Amino acid sequence: MISDFSDPAQLTNTAVLKAENVNVYYGSNLAVRDVSLDIPRNKVVAFIGPSGCGKSTILRCFNRMNDLIPGARVDGTITFHDRNLYSKALDPVEIRRRIGMVFQKPNPFPKSIYENIAFGARINGYQGDMDELVESSLRKAAIWEEVKDKLKESGLALSGGQQQRLCIARAIAISPEVILMDEPCSALDPISTLRVEELIHELKQQYTIVIVTHNMQQASRVSDLTAFYNAEATEKGNKIGYLVEYDNTQSIFHNPQQQATQDYVSGRFG
Amino acid sequence: MNRDPFIEGDPASATSQFKVNLSGRYKIDRIFEIATWAAVCISLLVLAALVVDVLVDGLPRLNWSFLTSFPSRKPEEAGILPAFAGTLWVMVIIAVLSFPLGVGAGIFLEEFSQDNWLARTIEININNLAGVPSIIYGLLGLQVFVRIFEPVTGGRSVLSGALTLVLLVLPIIIVATREALRSIPDSLRLAGFALGATRWQVVREQILPLALPGILTGTILALSRAIGETAPLITIGALTFIPYLPDNLQSPFTTLPIQVYNWVSRPQKEFHDTAAAGIIVLMVVLLLMNATAVFLRNKFQKRF
Ligand SMILES: Nc1ncnc2c1ncn2[C@@H]1O[C@H](COP(=O)(O)OP(=O)(O)OP(=O)(O)O)[C@@H](O)[C@H]1O
Ligand SMILES: [Mg+2]
Repeated sequence: MISDFSDPAQLTNTAVLKAENVNVYYGSNLAVRDVSLDIPRNKVVAFIGPSGCGKSTILRCFNRMNDLIPGARVDGTITFHDRNLYSKALDPVEIRRRIGMVFQKPNPFPKSIYENIAFGARINGYQGDMDELVESSLRKAAIWEEVKDKLKESGLALSGGQQQRLCIARAIAISPEVILMDEPCSALDPISTLRVEELIHELKQQYTIVIVTHNMQQASRVSDLTAFYNAEATEKGNKIGYLVEYDNTQSIFHNPQQQATQDYVSGRFG
Repeated sequence: MNRDPFIEGDPASATSQFKVNLSGRYKIDRIFEIATWAAVCISLLVLAALVVDVLVDGLPRLNWSFLTSFPSRKPEEAGILPAFAGTLWVMVIIAVLSFPLGVGAGIFLEEFSQDNWLARTIEININNLAGVPSIIYGLLGLQVFVRIFEPVTGGRSVLSGALTLVLLVLPIIIVATREALRSIPDSLRLAGFALGATRWQVVREQILPLALPGILTGTILALSRAIGETAPLITIGALTFIPYLPDNLQSPFTTLPIQVYNWVSRPQKEFHDTAAAGIIVLMVVLLLMNATAVFLRNKFQKRF
C-alpha cells in the first residue's frame, strides 16, 4: 500500500516526516497543541522539554502507536514522504515496520536473543537468510561481540544496557527508515549510555532518528536538530504542551531565540 | 528476640518524632502469624477427618471387581464401571468444547474488543454467570438441550449432560483466560506492535505462550468443578442405574457423583460403604486432574 514511493535516492535531505498543526487529544483533554515540524532524512532530531509537555505523545503520533491508546485522537496532518500518515490508504501495521520504535524501558521478549531479532522479520514475511539478518542486526547495534556465543539464551538474561541495544537491533532488523526512541538511555548507566549514543551516531548514516531525552548533554552530543517543547497550564488545571522552538542543535543550545529555551537549556528551569 | 533498636546518633530518636516501639510491632507480627497458622491447621484437620472417614469406610470395598462391575441390587456386587465411563465421556466432551470456546472468548474480550458499553455489559454478565448456582444451568439444559434440541442430542443423553456442564464451566474458563492474559505486561504488546505485528500476531506469538500455563490451570480447575457436579445432571435426567456403557453421544449415562448420591440415599449400611469407595475413585480422578494441571503448568512455563 505504501510501496509506491518515489525513488529513495531522490529523497535525500527532504523531510521524511512532516507534522503540520498537529493537536493530540486524550479523551476530551487537549494534551499537545499546534505542533509543526519537519524531520529531515538521515538526521538525528532530539525532543527535549519538561515532563508532561507531550514529547512522547508527539513521538507516538509518528508511528501511530497512539492508535492503541483508547481515547487518543490526532488532528492536523502528519505526512510520511508527503503521504498522509493517518489516511485510510496507509496501514498502521506497515507504517510501524517502516517507522520503528525503541522504548524507555528495555522490553525484550522473554525469548532467546536470536528469536528476539527474528520475530519482527518473520512476521513481516522476510525472505532472506535469517541467521545472516540476526548477525548483521546485532552487529549494527554494536552488541554482536557480547552475545554471539549465547544467541539461544534468554534476552532477559542480559544487562539493562545490553537489553536496550538488543531492542535497537530488533528495531533495525526489519529495515525501517525512521527509528523513534523514547528516552532510550534513561534506565542505563553512563557507560551503556555512551555506547548507545555512539550507536546512534553510527545509525545516522542509514536511518533517520528521533530521540526523546531529558539529558541536555545527550541532546547536544547526538542530535543535529533539537525541538524544545514546553507546557502551559489552563484555567481548568490541566497542562497543554506546545512546541516552543525547533532549530539546529547548535542554535538551540548556544543561541536560542526564545527566553524559555534559554532558561531550559541552561538549567534555570524545570 | 531481645533487640536493642537504639543506635547512637539517630537524630529522629533524639528529637523523638518517631516512637519506634519495636517490641509492640513484633508482638502484633507474632499474633498474626499464630492466627494464620491456626487457620491452616483447622482447615487441614477438617479435610483430614473427611478423608480418613471415607478411606476407613471405602477402602475395604475397593477392588478390581468394584471398578469393572455394573451396579447391582446387592451391595457387595455393585460396581462403578458405567459411572466411571460416563464421567470420562462427559469430561472429554466438555474439554473439547469448552477449551476452544472459553479461551477464544477470553482472548477476544481481553485483546480484541474495544472498551465500550457492549464489552462492559458482556464482561459483567460473564462474571455474574460464573457465580450462578449450578441447578439453574440444569434447568436451562433440561429445556434447551433435552427438549428443544432432542433430535440432535437424543434427549437425556451424555451429550445433553456435557453441554449443560459446558455452560457451567465456560464463564470460569473465560475469566481464567482473561486473568492470565492480563498478567502479561503491556510493554510486550507494544514491542510487538512497534515491529509491525498485527494484533493476532502479537497475541499468538508473544502473549499466548506466556499466558498458556495460567489458562491451562484455569481450564483444568474448571473441569474439576464440572466433574463433581450432581445437581444439573440430575435435573436433566441422568440415570442412576444403567447396566451398560454409553457408546455414542446420544446414549443415556450416569456419572460418579450421581452414582455416589444414589448409593448414599439407600437405607442399607453396605451401600454407604460402596458409596465411600465411589468417593475414593472420584477423589483419585480429581487428584489426577490437578496433577495434570501442575504438570502442564511446569512444562509450558517459559524457561526464560
Ligand atoms: N495514555 C494517556 N492517557 C491520557 N493522557 C495521557 C496519556 N499519555 C500521556 N497523557 C497526557 O499527555 C500529556 C503529555 O504526556 P507525555 O507522556 O507525552 O509527556 P512527556 O513529554 O513524554 O513527559 P515525560 O518527559 O515525563 O515522559 C500529559 O499531560 C499526560 O498526562
Ligand atoms: Mg515521555
